[in-house]
Amino acid sequence: MTTVNLTMAVVLGGLYAAGFYLLLQRSLMRVLLGIVVLGHGANLLLQLAGGARAGRPPMLGESPLSEMSDPFPQAMALTAIVITFALTTFLLALAYRGWVLLGHDEVQDDVEDRRIRRLESRLAEEGVEEAERELESEATR
Amino acid sequence: MSVLVAVPVLLPLGAAGLSMAFGRFADIQRWLGLLVLGVIVVDAAVLLHVADVHGPVVLHLGGWRAPVGIALVADRLAALLLLVSVIVMFSVLLYSIGQRITDYGRGTASTTFHPIYLVLCAGVSLAYLTGDLFNLFVAFEIMLASSYVLITRRTTANRVRAGMTYTIVSLSSSVLFLTLIGLVYAATGTVNLADLAERTDQLPPGPATALALLMVIVFGVKSAMVPLHFWLPDSYPNAPAPITAIFAALLTKVGIYAMIRTQILVFEREPSWPLMLMFALATMLVGALGALAQNDLNRLLSFLLVSHIGFMLFGLGVYDVAGLTGVILYIVHHITVQATLFLVSGLVTRYTGTVALSRMGGLAGISPLVAVLFAVPALSLAGVPPFSGFVAKLALLRSGIELGTSWGYAVTAGAVLTSLLTLYAVARVWTRVFWGKRREPEGDPDHSDELVVGTGDTSQGMVYATGVLVGATVLVAVLAGPLSAVSERAAIDLLSGQAYRSAVLGGGSGG
Repeated sequence: MTTVNLTMAVVLGGLYAAGFYLLLQRSLMRVLLGIVVLGHGANLLLQLAGGARAGRPPMLGESPLSEMSDPFPQAMALTAIVITFALTTFLLALAYRGWVLLGHDEVQDDVEDRRIRRLESRLAEEGVEEAERELESEATR
Repeated sequence: MSVLVAVPVLLPLGAAGLSMAFGRFADIQRWLGLLVLGVIVVDAAVLLHVADVHGPVVLHLGGWRAPVGIALVADRLAALLLLVSVIVMFSVLLYSIGQRITDYGRGTASTTFHPIYLVLCAGVSLAYLTGDLFNLFVAFEIMLASSYVLITRRTTANRVRAGMTYTIVSLSSSVLFLTLIGLVYAATGTVNLADLAERTDQLPPGPATALALLMVIVFGVKSAMVPLHFWLPDSYPNAPAPITAIFAALLTKVGIYAMIRTQILVFEREPSWPLMLMFALATMLVGALGALAQNDLNRLLSFLLVSHIGFMLFGLGVYDVAGLTGVILYIVHHITVQATLFLVSGLVTRYTGTVALSRMGGLAGISPLVAVLFAVPALSLAGVPPFSGFVAKLALLRSGIELGTSWGYAVTAGAVLTSLLTLYAVARVWTRVFWGKRREPEGDPDHSDELVVGTGDTSQGMVYATGVLVGATVLVAVLAGPLSAVSERAAIDLLSGQAYRSAVLGGGSGG
């Protein structure tokens, strides 16, 4: 098992916390930034998985094996960076499309939430009995 | 021989490029797509035969031996699921070509659909075949990236909303997947699945359990396990019928496959896994009860999909040969049945112009064929005896009883209850849609998508494609004997893991 130094662990924790906080926001732009920050966190974690020590370039003949850094996590991080980058671009395009079509970039409530809210407002308007009947017909429909 | 393993991944990727180049020639694109998928069906069938007779077929990519290089492995499980998946992809492609021709005429091509569909196929194949955790991540990304594009094509306001939910949930789970890979590599120093199996034994129990649970969460999101299922009924129903069908049939099942593969191969565990049984019970009941509350046909089917993911988790929770045999049978059955149901829902919508059950009726009188096409997979999903669902459910229920623990009995009872609820849900669809007085079709609900619905305008291609899939579900029931035999051998392979490990790590026929 490799170990991580404390500074890096704190940086990682900060990136993940900030990323998940942004992910839980209502504005799509913030959600998108959250994904980006989380992606950075994950890529940094991949880098650190090879060991925190800064090693020499992993080329045979250049330096002894024991001093080389592990090339494997770097290859994985590189692939992951490309994928995250491409998907961020896609998300940006989708967010723009949503803004054109909807005129805002708020994440909307899901279908069930809206249905329950409709029932609630009817309940406030028409009294309890009416709303209960409505609930029943909604369920059996 | 081992080059056959690369065909399902490389062929569709290459063909996708070609298909893009032929973007203006609709017919060439269509034939190319069907030809490629047809070749992969044959290839997967050969792979299944070879893997069953001679053991896993392994290809070391680039000539680098595992654990350094990436290995593609086709064992019984991977080859069987690949075969079923590609058959479904073929039929759904046929259906969507039929739909396209009906709506827009022969001449027009949709430049993006065919290439992206082929890339999706490559991603699904790679996810089944890869023997490397990081490569599995890449496979998921290929598959998901193409699914993002498919679900948001022809963007309407509703689809942007659904697509956003889907994309963001999938991306978050992908980030968790990357985190998992980083942690696995830090803990063991390898990401090759066969090699991992040996290294995790030496880990202290704490980190090993943490890694196993993180894997459950990552693949739980992808496979819509309760409580990580909420995104599915919100996003799938908004896509066009063939695309929903292919997502429902394949994407969640690939998640389940990845969960089974990683958990069983990598971690040592005694039979019966109570945590997974709990998830299974919750998934079955929440999905089935959610389905009963729906008025939208596609949302109802999506909730049923969630519910039946629970059956697959059930077998994984039982964790012995009988349970896993049941899961493999169940996945085979469910891939075909769920795709068929969504395709039929697409046909129904063309007659009624709406997905609201409360505004449909009397369809059996107008199109008895569609009624039959719905009845067979619906009864099969509920597990009514002569159909495929019965065989798979019976295997699962028996394994649950044989387990003999209180969780085993509880989940078995839950499974029976879920089957009854499923039967009730599909019976409700039947009485609302096919019986009763004929209602006039609704006006076009969405004018912006250029499609006219409610005219009952279905082409032969769409009906034939659905018919082929219904035939496939019946075939699963007819071939239940040989299928269970193969599934049982695959389950034994899975649990011992010996054949897989020795094929990947040592002595396998290198490429």
